[in-house]
Amino acid sequence: MASTIRVRAIASGDTTQVQSLINHPMDSGFVKDSKGQIIPPHHIEVVEFEHAGKVVFTCLWGPAVSKDPYVKFSFKGGKKGDDIKVSWVDNKGQSDSTVAKIQ
Amino acid sequence: MLRKTLIAVAILAGAAQPLLAADKASDPKADFKAFREYFTKRFPKVALDDFVNGPYSMDAGLRKQWEAIDAFPPYDFVVDKGKQMFAAPFKNGKTYGDCFPNKGVGIRQDYPQFDAKSGQVITLDVALNNCREANGEKPFDYNKDDMAALTAYMAFTSRGKPMNITIPKDPRALAAYKKGEEYFYTRRGQLNFSCASCHVQNPGNHIRTEVLAPALGIMNAMPIYRSTWGGMGTVSRRLRTCNSQVGAEPLPAESDEYRNVEYYLSYMANGLPISGPGTRP
Repeated sequence: MASTIRVRAIASGDTTQVQSLINHPMDSGFVKDSKGQIIPPHHIEVVEFEHAGKVVFTCLWGPAVSKDPYVKFSFKGGKKGDDIKVSWVDNKGQSDSTVAKIQ
Repeated sequence: MLRKTLIAVAILAGAAQPLLAADKASDPKADFKAFREYFTKRFPKVALDDFVNGPYSMDAGLRKQWEAIDAFPPYDFVVDKGKQMFAAPFKNGKTYGDCFPNKGVGIRQDYPQFDAKSGQVITLDVALNNCREANGEKPFDYNKDDMAALTAYMAFTSRGKPMNITIPKDPRALAAYKKGEEYFYTRRGQLNFSCASCHVQNPGNHIRTEVLAPALGIMNAMPIYRSTWGGMGTVSRRLRTCNSQVGAEPLPAESDEYRNVEYYLSYMANGLPISGPGTRP
């Protein structure tokens, strides 16, 4: 299974800008399929970005977040070559994580 | 009397309608030249290879948004999926690669082709399903999902390669081309639009919020991730949507008409680079 996470982190000055795209259906639980059956809720609940062993950004997501969510933020610190770890857990307990180098 | 006048007007309107379609015997080479000249003269500032980027070649603001989106192209995950599907063997141990020259890598630009055996135009999508059936697998739906993932991967491996469509010396091939051309310039639907009404007469203009893409190179970006769909779609899906947008009954995916019009448009785009899979609003 290919990674469900795309991440790009760019350091400039004393901040690092992180952009990330996650492949996930993000079903809200309020939508019906073509047969009229409710599609059960299936969405990410927590996304964490870690840098040097410290969580720098946490997302608490719910059913209102779109499919294949995109997130962009900056944090203080981080330099070129550092690792940044991204991980998510959804309401079914599925998860994925990846590590990328800051550019 | 009034009726006669109306008919006369209708006939006149009909005669004025084919903008580029030659009334003379079809000559693809002359059509190609006229088609290319029309677009390069009308849009002198657009680089020839840029036409394949559709509406983004026409509108600077839209282009900026596209460039921002393309930092994480929305088709990225689908190309990954297509790559895995393409490499996965069928039950009999063969793969898609065995059905195509060069193992199926970098060949998107050669489709659609005219197949002398069946006397029909074979698009990449049809070739893929033929491959599945020859290997005892069920064919995929032509509109999206698996088919879009496979064609997206194949287009991705062919990026930058110039479209290379040939019309063999076979009257049936020329007939298919001619039918495709006719379909493209024929008005239909409640709005009474032809494909050309939007994509030849009005590229770069807005239709509601959307910027119309030029017909030149429009097939090079296929398949596309369309934000409106929230997913990928094949050539068939796009053509069916075009039909319903003008209030016409969509044809079955990969019907004769669709394959012929894809043949015609791809031939018109000969020499322009493959840019698929594309991203569209």
